[in-house]
Amino acid sequence: MSEPRACPECLRRSRLLAHLAPYIERVATGSPGSRSPELLRLGNEDLAAAVAPKVAEQILTQVSVVPERRLRDDLIAAKCWACCRHDELYPGGLRDAADAPWALIGRGDAAHLKRLAPEEAVTVVGARRATAYGREVARDLGRDLAAAGLVVVSGLAFGIDACAHRGALEAGLTVAVLGCGADIAYPASHRSLWRQVCERGLVLSELPPGTGAWRWSFPARNRIMAALAEMTVVVEAAGRSGSLITADLAADLGRDLGAVPGPVSSRASGGTNDLLAGGACLVRDAQDVLDAMLGSGVRRSERLGPALDAQLGSVLAAVEAGADTCDAIAAHLDLSGAEAAASLATLEALGYLSCSLVGVYSRSMLKPPGI
Amino acid sequence: MRATRRISLHSVESVLATAQTFTLDGISARPVRVEVDVHKGLPAFSVVGLPDAAVREARERVRAAMVNCGFQFPLHRIVANLAPASLRKAGPGLDLAIAAALLTASEQLALGALPSLALVGELALDGTVRGVPGVLAIAEAARERGIEAIAVPEENGAEAALVAEIDVIPVRSLDQLAALAGGEWMPERPEPMSLRLGATGGPDLADLRGQRHLRHALEVAAAGGHSLMMVGPPGAGKSLAASRLPSILPPLSPEEALEVARIASACGRLANDEVRGRPFRAPHHTVSPAGLVGGGNPPSAGEATLAHRGVLFLDELCEFRRDSLEALRAPLETGWVSIARAGAWRRLPCRFMLVAAANPCPCGRGEDDPECCCAPFAVSRYQSRLSGALADRIDLLAAVRQPSAEEMGGPPGEASTVVRERVAAARERQERRLGFGRCNAEMAPAELRECRLEEAAASLLADSYARHRLSGRAHDRVLRLAQTVADLSGSDAIGREQVAQALQLRRREKS
Repeated sequence: MSEPRACPECLRRSRLLAHLAPYIERVATGSPGSRSPELLRLGNEDLAAAVAPKVAEQILTQVSVVPERRLRDDLIAAKCWACCRHDELYPGGLRDAADAPWALIGRGDAAHLKRLAPEEAVTVVGARRATAYGREVARDLGRDLAAAGLVVVSGLAFGIDACAHRGALEAGLTVAVLGCGADIAYPASHRSLWRQVCERGLVLSELPPGTGAWRWSFPARNRIMAALAEMTVVVEAAGRSGSLITADLAADLGRDLGAVPGPVSSRASGGTNDLLAGGACLVRDAQDVLDAMLGSGVRRSERLGPALDAQLGSVLAAVEAGADTCDAIAAHLDLSGAEAAASLATLEALGYLSCSLVGVYSRSMLKPPGI
Repeated sequence: MRATRRISLHSVESVLATAQTFTLDGISARPVRVEVDVHKGLPAFSVVGLPDAAVREARERVRAAMVNCGFQFPLHRIVANLAPASLRKAGPGLDLAIAAALLTASEQLALGALPSLALVGELALDGTVRGVPGVLAIAEAARERGIEAIAVPEENGAEAALVAEIDVIPVRSLDQLAALAGGEWMPERPEPMSLRLGATGGPDLADLRGQRHLRHALEVAAAGGHSLMMVGPPGAGKSLAASRLPSILPPLSPEEALEVARIASACGRLANDEVRGRPFRAPHHTVSPAGLVGGGNPPSAGEATLAHRGVLFLDELCEFRRDSLEALRAPLETGWVSIARAGAWRRLPCRFMLVAAANPCPCGRGEDDPECCCAPFAVSRYQSRLSGALADRIDLLAAVRQPSAEEMGGPPGEASTVVRERVAAARERQERRLGFGRCNAEMAPAELRECRLEEAAASLLADSYARHRLSGRAHDRVLRLAQTVADLSGSDAIGREQVAQALQLRRREKS
């Protein structure tokens, strides 16, 4: 099989972005959203002139004189590889986007690039500030989609992104797209997750190794995530979450958009509920995603848990009804503290529930048989 | 206690007299011999032998008390030496002995009838003898040294009478010393104070309405001596529950009650009736390491020692200073605080149950509350303190929820006495298995291997061990808790149900 390749021109483009990063930061950021994807449509000269008119010439020359050898050595030193738009391994989804990156710098086994076709990939995004519900759904969705053979694309951020990656790592392939160099674990506390994705999946970025994260680079990486997959699922997002930028970008590209519903009273699900009201595909589990992407019933994602007796069944129903602590369950079902504790621990051991650091339970997407 | 040379003061160079007393060192007493020398020279009164400021000021109190009780203050050069000279003397408890020695040296008092007498007490300017802390420890130390009688302030009489085999002489004022020496007056031995072994009339668990899970957790914690962490929004009842914990603990044994009384006495808290059964201490979260485990120079007892045989409640665990919590680790493990200072080394007992309370996030509402506005980074930083080094020693987690309106208006919960009986029965089973005074929380790994697990229970534990990637420590913690739950239900072997309860009750670790 062939190695990914990148021509010097495309590699210089990513080097140019790194040089222009502080200038783009000044021009492109601001609320609402960001103009960086629009800027990145521009060619080298136009981009430099638009963001840094005074030093454009100087920076362009500086980048153009970097020898090809040096570009490749830098990649090797960071244990990365590059794949440019002129290479056949370049992910097909990106070819649809006018503002696609010229070259992708990657880390991990480049052979996975072949599987990164848009019809075989799904982007799972959501808020960094996620609730236990959102995290649980993201994790289950990531795992079940990966188990069904899809590539789960996300951004390695706090909250939903990390949970989607963790779930997918349990069952299949996942791709992280970063807003900094692919050799940098950002956020730093996700270093071990980043390492796992490097080992068992792919980490991609349009910026050369060693480039730090900029505010403008996150909307820019969102456009890559949106383009990589046929469908983008927003798991949980408040009204002003950055993950809605990804949803907009995906919609602009004509990709499918899915959203996981949340309680109407929860601010954390305001954005996703709005998406649903606006016509996004309703996503309750991995099966909904598979149906939307591949056609109804083409591929099945079935995960049934072990059978439950009457009491466990009613405790599970109580958790589904919103009782999330042991105390609430006991009060809801009129059980003693001991009975409620034993039932919850059994359900947790069977995989129906998970418990947070502070003793709050949430339902996994595992279905009991016969319902 | 008598003048060594009985010569008239006006014709001699020097007269020497001694008296026996004690000074408090931490929570134990050390013997001090007061030597008073009166000799010719310019009138002066000095105290030597490492006195602290309170002891040095004894000069003024002794002088005034003597004069106001009708004695003469000798206008000579007076030196009071406190032996051994290398030991620091603290507190005003030495006043009475200094006065007695000075009166003996000036031939105004002859305590010859009481050759083996120790004296403790602070003097007021009118000669009244005021109470001092630590009389219980002092009386015990006096008995150990073979002293036959001890004169104590009247208000400390009942406390000193707790010690058998020593004559306790309650003294109200300096006048009475003279009567005592003359054999005209000998008071009755005071009634020993009654130590409360269990809580009576204190706050009752019935006040905790609803909260079945929290009640269950409290009961398991009390039954096995397990440390407990409560997490929940402010006002949900965490502090209320913690303050009720002593009421469901088994009553103190008489020896334990004496230990508690000794500590309370040394810290001056015995007289004002603050000791009711097991102590409950709730230091504020700004407490320093020295305040929490003891410290300073000379070293004094901290909250951990005051909570000995009782409950130490740390409300707002995440707000405590990190160094304070770190300081608590070793004492929690060993049951002793060791404080080393230049020239002083002390070991204070501190076997207490740790109960901690925390909010789920900095704003207190909990992340799942839509009103919570804490940044994810702030929440993760806050919760990371819930799994710090101290939290690692905590066995139980109770997620506390705001009780509903029906629960608040509902009937009162089970009363403390009912729960305490079940707890006492479970403790009894543990003592039979582990030995006197021990509980499941202290089980060593070897003892844990001897726990009898039913087959279904063992497979559930093994399952969860693999699925939740429990650490070895967490595995042992579950086993300890399961044993306590089994003891509470009165069964010999640990069943599946009991392991499940333990799995639910265990403190979660960061994954």
